[in-house]
Amino acid sequence: MSQALISVRNLVAKYGERTILNDISVDIMPGEVTVILGGSGCGKTTLLKNILRLQEPFSGSVKFWGDEVLQMDEPSFSGILKRVGMLFQNGALLNSISVYENISIPLELHTKLPEEIRDRIIRVKLSLVRLAEAIYKYPSELSGGMKKRAALARALALDPEILFCDEPSAGLDPLTSAALDELILDLRKQLKMTIVIVTHELASIHRIADRIIFLDGGKMLFNGTLEAALKAGIPEIDTFFRVGRF
Amino acid sequence: MRWEYRGNTLILGGGLTYRTIPAAYHSVFQSLKRHKPSEIDLGEVETIDSAGVAFLDEIHTRLASKGILLFKGARPEVQAVIDTFSSIKLPVPIPQRSMGWFEKLGDDALNAGQNIYQCLLLASEIYYFSLVGLISRKGQRKGSFVQQAVLLGSQALPIVALLSFIIGFILSLQSAVQLKNFGANVFIADLLAVTMVREMGPMMTAIIVAGRSGSAIASEIATMQVTEEIDALRMMALNPIRYVVVPKFHAISLVMPLLVAFSILVGEIGGGLIAIGYLDVSLPTFVQRSIEITTLKDLVVSFGKSTVFAWTIVIIGSFFGFQVKGGAEGVGKATTASVVASIFAVIVLDAIFSLLYL
Repeated sequence: MSQALISVRNLVAKYGERTILNDISVDIMPGEVTVILGGSGCGKTTLLKNILRLQEPFSGSVKFWGDEVLQMDEPSFSGILKRVGMLFQNGALLNSISVYENISIPLELHTKLPEEIRDRIIRVKLSLVRLAEAIYKYPSELSGGMKKRAALARALALDPEILFCDEPSAGLDPLTSAALDELILDLRKQLKMTIVIVTHELASIHRIADRIIFLDGGKMLFNGTLEAALKAGIPEIDTFFRVGRF
Repeated sequence: MRWEYRGNTLILGGGLTYRTIPAAYHSVFQSLKRHKPSEIDLGEVETIDSAGVAFLDEIHTRLASKGILLFKGARPEVQAVIDTFSSIKLPVPIPQRSMGWFEKLGDDALNAGQNIYQCLLLASEIYYFSLVGLISRKGQRKGSFVQQAVLLGSQALPIVALLSFIIGFILSLQSAVQLKNFGANVFIADLLAVTMVREMGPMMTAIIVAGRSGSAIASEIATMQVTEEIDALRMMALNPIRYVVVPKFHAISLVMPLLVAFSILVGEIGGGLIAIGYLDVSLPTFVQRSIEITTLKDLVVSFGKSTVFAWTIVIIGSFFGFQVKGGAEGVGKATTASVVASIFAVIVLDAIFSLLYL
């Protein structure tokens, strides 16, 4: 069995006195699409942010490629982050610069690639997310779905080994959402990318999930394949899939 | 990354990735000029990513026009990555043309005209609904007037007091040396009273209010605009100007003259310290001369223009708030533009008042 790419152990996250994540232990395996599921406010986004140190966990351990990152110094952790891409819930594009420049930032600052190569990479990444026509537009000129796709192109700029996506399909039409799922499957297959997704879209989950992690009230109720989840007989999961179908 | 030539074939091998391309890029292209290969063998390429594919595309674009160029022998997994990330068939986007100098000048002039028209239109609506609001409170939340009066007035007291005290103090200090030379110590009271009442009190308070409250008004309305709260008010059949702007307009109309009066008083105290402590003017003399020199006209003009300044600040803040475009970036721009325009307008209006009421 291959070694986990990300290993989370006994993670506890709190906002003040309120416990958001309670003793979460998860392994993210290489080349898999892991979907984090659960109702609103169950701590899905908090889990992503704690893994990526965007929020400080109360206690626990997070390892990337076997290295503990919670106590890691900034330069070492930057080295980890260069191998990781993150698509935020609302895109989080830099508003003062164009879509082209947004995608260009990681390429300019983290590689020594010549401009013509960077230019090609930017055009390809935008084409992959079906946004080639918006290359010189500013984020304020884009719709919510377009912003999200541009942000995905930025997250993919450096061909990350791990891609985190916080609700990538929300706000997208079904065709674009399906195309996004295809892209995720392509990235996994061709670049052997490991993908961690927070989503509510049942159609997407059925299409792409190799493994699901189900959270409820800050606790992990299930961690395994979709088929196993559906057969596990856990009422919360059964309700989630039954209600979500309508 | 490895490369070598066998006859007319360039053989690439190893990894074509973000890490390897920068080091090899220029040497490979230099060698291409000399060897002019007709085909490229990718059979020995083990790993490739989007930087590697872009590198192959760049070779293709530069050499294909000079003769037939063939890529061959790629392993299936490498070929799959090439197919996904190839930019060969993508259209090259045309950058947006930037405006010429005259075109930009004309565009700016048109925009300025349009903005002034829109601002006057908004001002007319604000005045209309403010007058209506005096008679009927319909469309406004209970307590909004008091809340705004506290926000725009009471909370500005400390900063107005501090700055007015310092201005009165400096003004007296600078004048005191000159007055002492001529033995005209007692005139410090006249000088300070005239300056604080006619100019410094109203103008400095207006500048502080423009920076503090004008920016708050612009950013509040701009945020409401970008988060669709203004649209939500409209959909609840509420007029946004009446709901959001009118309480501010009423509140600032009341608190601005009070702030100016407070500013004049504190400025007089600051200046009085120099008069009494440095120029040996007695307190009763200082107070008496200050009152004597101040005419009713001075006070009417001072409070009148401070009210006009207040209205201008609210109108400009609201205008930039409602005009906001984009997200958080737009809010920041609207706030900055509002403060700059408000201070500019206050100074210009003050100059007009000075010319009209010398």
